[in-house]
Amino acid sequence: MAVLTRAQRRRASVFRWAVLLVLGAFFLLPLYAMAEFSTRGGKGRTLEPWRAMFHDPDLTAAVSVSLQLAVLTVAVMLVLLLPTMVWVRLRLPRLHGVLESLCLLPLTIPAIVLVVGLSPVYRQVTRVFGDSPRTLTFVYVVLVLPYAYRALDAGLASIDLRVLSEAARGLGAGWPAVLLRVVLPNMWSAVVSASFLAVALVLGEFTIASLLSFSNLQVTINLLGKADAFLSVAVSLAALLFAFVLLLGLSFVGAGRHRRSRARPVEES
Amino acid sequence: MTAPLSAGRRWHRPGGATTPGVGDRARWATLGFLPFLAYVGVFLLLPTVVVVVGAFSNEGRFTLANIRALRESYVLEAFWRSVVLSATTAVIGAVLGAMLAYVIATSRPDGLLRRVFTAACGVLAQFGGVTLAFAFIATLGFEGFLTVVLRDHLGIEISPGWLFELKGLTVVYTYFQIPLMVIVFLPALDGVRAQWREATVSLGGSTWQYWRHVGGPLLAPAFTGCVLLLFANAFSAYATAAALVSQGAPIVPLQIRSALTSEVVLGQENVGKALALGMIVVVAVVMVAYNRLQRRTARWLS
Amino acid sequence: MRNDARWSRRRLGSTIAVAGLLAATALTGCGSSSSGKATTTGTSASGSAPAAADAETATSAQALGGMDALAAAAKKEGTLNVIALPPDWANYGAMIDAFKAKYGLKVVSAQPDAASQDEINAAKQLKGTDRAPDVFDLGAAVALANTAMYAPYQVATWKDIPDNLKEASGLWVNDYGGYMSIGYDAAKVPAPTSLEDLLKPEYKGKVALNGDPTQAGAAFNGVVAASLGSGGSADDVAPGVAFFGKLKKAGNFLPVDPTSATVASGQTPVVFDWDYLNLGQGAALKAKGSKVDWKTVVVPGGVVGSYYFQAIAKDAPHPAAARLWQEFLYSDEGQNLWLKGFARPVRADAMVTAGTVDKAAYDALPKSEGTPVFLTSEQTDKAKEYLKSNWAKTIG
Repeated sequence: MAVLTRAQRRRASVFRWAVLLVLGAFFLLPLYAMAEFSTRGGKGRTLEPWRAMFHDPDLTAAVSVSLQLAVLTVAVMLVLLLPTMVWVRLRLPRLHGVLESLCLLPLTIPAIVLVVGLSPVYRQVTRVFGDSPRTLTFVYVVLVLPYAYRALDAGLASIDLRVLSEAARGLGAGWPAVLLRVVLPNMWSAVVSASFLAVALVLGEFTIASLLSFSNLQVTINLLGKADAFLSVAVSLAALLFAFVLLLGLSFVGAGRHRRSRARPVEES
Repeated sequence: MTAPLSAGRRWHRPGGATTPGVGDRARWATLGFLPFLAYVGVFLLLPTVVVVVGAFSNEGRFTLANIRALRESYVLEAFWRSVVLSATTAVIGAVLGAMLAYVIATSRPDGLLRRVFTAACGVLAQFGGVTLAFAFIATLGFEGFLTVVLRDHLGIEISPGWLFELKGLTVVYTYFQIPLMVIVFLPALDGVRAQWREATVSLGGSTWQYWRHVGGPLLAPAFTGCVLLLFANAFSAYATAAALVSQGAPIVPLQIRSALTSEVVLGQENVGKALALGMIVVVAVVMVAYNRLQRRTARWLS
Repeated sequence: MRNDARWSRRRLGSTIAVAGLLAATALTGCGSSSSGKATTTGTSASGSAPAAADAETATSAQALGGMDALAAAAKKEGTLNVIALPPDWANYGAMIDAFKAKYGLKVVSAQPDAASQDEINAAKQLKGTDRAPDVFDLGAAVALANTAMYAPYQVATWKDIPDNLKEASGLWVNDYGGYMSIGYDAAKVPAPTSLEDLLKPEYKGKVALNGDPTQAGAAFNGVVAASLGSGGSADDVAPGVAFFGKLKKAGNFLPVDPTSATVASGQTPVVFDWDYLNLGQGAALKAKGSKVDWKTVVVPGGVVGSYYFQAIAKDAPHPAAARLWQEFLYSDEGQNLWLKGFARPVRADAMVTAGTVDKAAYDALPKSEGTPVFLTSEQTDKAKEYLKSNWAKTIG
């Protein structure tokens, strides 16, 4: 049933298209500049740098490392953060401020200084876990805390957590069941947002991996680019596209299983 | 059958005496916070302590010289510029990002528009550093294609070098602030139910009244939280500024860079840590202001 | 307010504080002891313990039983960690490839963008791990300030190196050098015959300096060269700062960090940088058939030279490989590779006399008029002080 008048809907539609076009153009222009530069050749356009990157063994190894880091980071972040946030909301409301501040702290310290403080910690970590770049997971989880917290907090605020958990507990569910079968499906959009941010952060992270001398995707791209300017811009653009496709695929994975009767959009077109 | 959670309140007796067993409850509850605290303690608090300790020491001895170095005029100006830059990009990013998030949230839930824009925003939110700087120089620099188009086809001459000053940094920062806002604000928008809008309309309310009395109060806490996140994000952003601004150090992360990595003026490592301590203090102050604002807005809008 | 809630919060607070203090002391204590442990495990794992332990303290190849023994010990270690060596910097890319092919070692090249101080920072932060840098290639200021981090070593060709270009016991030794130059795109701008030319309107928004002179050695020397070319001297860098001020007022100064990408895309058509870097850019662009015609000329009127410093890390995780790398760099093959990268190797004079130098590459080095100026450390300090107080003000 139409909720809005025709004039209201037209205004809303104009607004939508204006926002999408203006912001879309703003985002696409620099990307176009990168594409334009990376295809410059002696005479006109060339796809040579794009072809060259697929033959580089270091790059494929780095992509694999970064993907593993992404999966590990999302997993550890969700296991660590989500139960804690639920617990604090339900049982420890006075610690809410502490949790929020702790989750914002990683953003206040620039990476180059954080590494100075991290090196004694990482010396122990590499002693226990070896020299693998996968040990970067520990830092990445900390780095993604500010963003994930904000996304998950918005999701938790929009569901009535107390009522849901009391109802579930009252029906005999244990805490794991409450989390997995009651809370999680109700805030799926927030969990997906947090995971998006984690994956994008891991795939785009350069400073800490470089300063700790690990080779992840961005570090390898940077090294590759030293040999050839066109190749470096081409590989960076390719990495962006790769992350985009990955996230797009992820958005399809969640949709099927957890489709619930979502609220209809506020305006119907 | 487990007692409802709110039952705890009933155990509090006047005069302060509490029933035995409730203290255990609180103790067990706090235990649930410990895994998170332990993890964050090792990988975040400990490095922070190392940095803070470093800010107060020079060659192993306690000293306030590094903190005093923060009183120089160029350092204070750098802090001011950092705050202005972060606040501006946070507000611009928040407003534009909220608008884009609204457009996305009101599109079909499983439609292509939503998927494409959320994936794109997820990627662009973390896009920065040398590549972003290069992309902007190639677009809006002296010989950037947009500059050339504006100059040759539209006769608009952009003043040279604006990209490498604070104005330019603002535009470049907005490039990743907007997508970040979209990603973190979208879950809040998803929690707004269509029924509320319908109820407002059926009660005779206008769009403005809907936002003023229903949508606004619901989204305000999430919105201010996101603004705070965007502020902190811009405040500590380093890689992009380092790639774009090669002369001087107009903002604090660049001051830290020159303190830690300069090969001309040596021995400033602990001043870098003192600068980092200064950054933590600034963000702490902003957080306190944010908390006050949250409480006041909640009261005002309720 | 509930007593138990307040109690639990206070308890929590004090537990955190105590745990934090304990952890901090444990970590800093463990840090130093574990680094010792890591090196001994590292060396004993690399094979026969006596030979590897010798590598850590060997001051020449003889001490290890000759070059072949050194190569064998390095092969056992298997890896070399280098840092801050971009492939297009003085032909380091070819140098690393040649080393890998000759000795069959793996070379991990970390942080190619790093500045000299980053190398020292990395050595301190990664101490005790397998990823710490084995060798350093540093600018003068950082090199001379950190001699406690080097291990002394004298390469086989030690006698060929002039005394003023090495430290007596072998803690550090100069490796290659060059003169400050101006690189320019001949297709876009006219050739600058003097510094005043750069103030002309043809160079509007086109002149870049490689970094900030209060931070980067190349930019620092660029300002010194500009000073010499504007009537200043090695003791007075003020005319150089004034020159860049004039450049900025004319709108010709471009505050962009020049990289090979910005040069190739035409974003930075004129660059003040070391001659070997500018010449390397030109050669690479010509090989790609680019429209950019990059030419190099030594700064007119201001011939400023500087050598870089090579050193072996005292806590190198692969000591034999580090020493083998050093031997390779100072062999005829290594020195000629640097020559191919348009840098002046430190053994150039000896090799010319012995006839082992690559004549074609040697002749391709840019000619300079006048005696080159090498700053002493007092002059450097004086210039640094002046720049610290005046550069940001002038450039704005």
